[in-house]
Amino acid sequence: MHTRREHLAAIVTILPSIILLGIFVYGFIANSIYMSTTDWGQTAAMSLDPQIESVGLDNYRDLFTGFLNVRFRQDLVNMFFFTLLFVGLSLLVGLVLATIIDQLFWGETFFRTVFLYPMSLSMVVTGTIWRWILQPRGGINVLPTLIGLPPGKFLWLSSRDQRLVFDWSHLLHYACWVLLVVLAISAYSQWRQGKKGRLAWHLVICGVLAGLIASRVLTRLRLLPYPEMHGFNDALWGVVIAAVWQMSGYTMALYLAGLRTIPRELREAARVDGGSELQIYRYVDLPLLKPITASAIVILGHIALKIFDLIFAISSPDHYPTSMPAVTMFLKAFRGNELAVGSAIGVILFFIVSLLIVPYLIVSFRREE
Amino acid sequence: MSSGKTIRVLAQILAVLLAMVYLVPIYMTLITSLKAPAEINVMTAWALPSKAHWASYGVAWERFAPNLQNSFVLAISATLLSAIMGSLNGYVLSKYRIPGGKVALPLIVFGMFIPYQSVLVPLFRFMQQTRLYGGLPGLILVHVVYGLPITTLLFRSFYQEIPDELVDASSIDGAGFWGIFRHLILPLSGPPFLVVCIWQFTQIWNEFLFAVTLTKPSSQPITVALANLAGGQAVSWNLPMAGSVLAALPTTIVYVLLGRYFVRGLLAGALKG
Repeated sequence: MHTRREHLAAIVTILPSIILLGIFVYGFIANSIYMSTTDWGQTAAMSLDPQIESVGLDNYRDLFTGFLNVRFRQDLVNMFFFTLLFVGLSLLVGLVLATIIDQLFWGETFFRTVFLYPMSLSMVVTGTIWRWILQPRGGINVLPTLIGLPPGKFLWLSSRDQRLVFDWSHLLHYACWVLLVVLAISAYSQWRQGKKGRLAWHLVICGVLAGLIASRVLTRLRLLPYPEMHGFNDALWGVVIAAVWQMSGYTMALYLAGLRTIPRELREAARVDGGSELQIYRYVDLPLLKPITASAIVILGHIALKIFDLIFAISSPDHYPTSMPAVTMFLKAFRGNELAVGSAIGVILFFIVSLLIVPYLIVSFRREE
Repeated sequence: MSSGKTIRVLAQILAVLLAMVYLVPIYMTLITSLKAPAEINVMTAWALPSKAHWASYGVAWERFAPNLQNSFVLAISATLLSAIMGSLNGYVLSKYRIPGGKVALPLIVFGMFIPYQSVLVPLFRFMQQTRLYGGLPGLILVHVVYGLPITTLLFRSFYQEIPDELVDASSIDGAGFWGIFRHLILPLSGPPFLVVCIWQFTQIWNEFLFAVTLTKPSSQPITVALANLAGGQAVSWNLPMAGSVLAALPTTIVYVLLGRYFVRGLLAGALKG
């Protein structure tokens, strides 16, 4: 087909991009990993020829168990709950919006435009706007007074209340709980699909986890020498609302595109068989939207895990109850000059996001071939 | 009325209600930006201004004009550069078998999902060492590089739909690598260029993390200036709201005029394959 000369031209054309991405993505990640194992920070950060010593994994150990890094651990807990609520609610709201739009008599374009509009805004703009609406004594909280009720009291962004409080030193114990719930859900779907072999494995692992939890052996393996309580901060609700407002249009667009690809004949056939509208929705439409849900979880999940600008604008990077690892990384590295610790947080984020993204990319590109 | 019809009437009503809810923040922003500072009071937060007070926009404009200019320079140049490079990469990856081409694409695409915190410290050092730190050229470079994964991916999926036979035919007619690009690929690239440029412009205009870590005040784009203003406690809310409107205006105009292409960019990332 193509001559050698042309192949050479092709390689030369793409080479600059490959080199740039090689350095800016892979080179820099490798450098971050290396830096995170040093004591680079404070005064050394500013000097041109810093004296950097290797400290192994000390920065990581400090972040997870060090007395001074309690904020980072709450950040991780915040990130966990925020991701769960943001992804879950965005999927739900997006599905509802898409389903409604799919049924409309008129104004489809108008409503689609309205629901998707927040997507085109900067998170900084979104944060600024919602910060005003969620003021403790303003916006949402005065809404009830318009119909004669007492004003709301909920502190959407500044509440210091915590729920689901747990002891960080028992982290592994609770991690087992989370894993058990995930596996149980997965086992249930295997059972529904009648995949016996995989189901057996799921049940075995679930059994082991349940045993571990019941024996409470992991609570004796203390990560910290003292109890340290963390939990779900009520102040995260404000952030979740703003983020869902911004991103639910995205899931709506995905689901709507999915609903539009369902062949008309499929629904007609179900109708002829006597299926009600609700049954058609439940047994024809929803199952066909599953692959979309899977990619939406990955896309929204990775946005949630690295959320930074929204937090910055809606509260402040120094506001403890709504802080996230990405924010603390910025403060450590660029305000506190603790470049090694900042790198370590960046690397932790990188691995968490990779857990989500790498399988997704592998599956997507395999399917393509 | 059949059950199908009842459902559709219900959907219509729900759509109107939900649209009102979604527009609440926009309503609040507009009315607050048009109120005189003295009129801004939590108890009357929902009421329309007694008289449109445009002065906040004047103040916001004066304050943000340099940042808006920075944002335009940044977003337009980084968009064009990343689109051009993405187009060439997409052409190579869809029409040529180059060594390592199969693994190249996933490795390139991975770059758009990484949390940028994991490259931020080395990037910051690199910018300092190359003396690019603080200014717009450095920020443009960063946005071009980290924009390459998405632009390459989008162009490649568009170009894959151009039949290989057309490329072979041009090849037989004696067209080389650049000839095929200029006379076959480029004339078909209008729609993908529009999709990619709209997507990149919106992303770069709205970006904050690189902007806040890699620029000095004189080169800061609008997002950083807005965050700095709104972060201050003493300001009354008319100014941040007017600033938000200014910051949102360019992407809003693009979205309203070319929303169709925006959605196509949005879907292409997740629905491929």
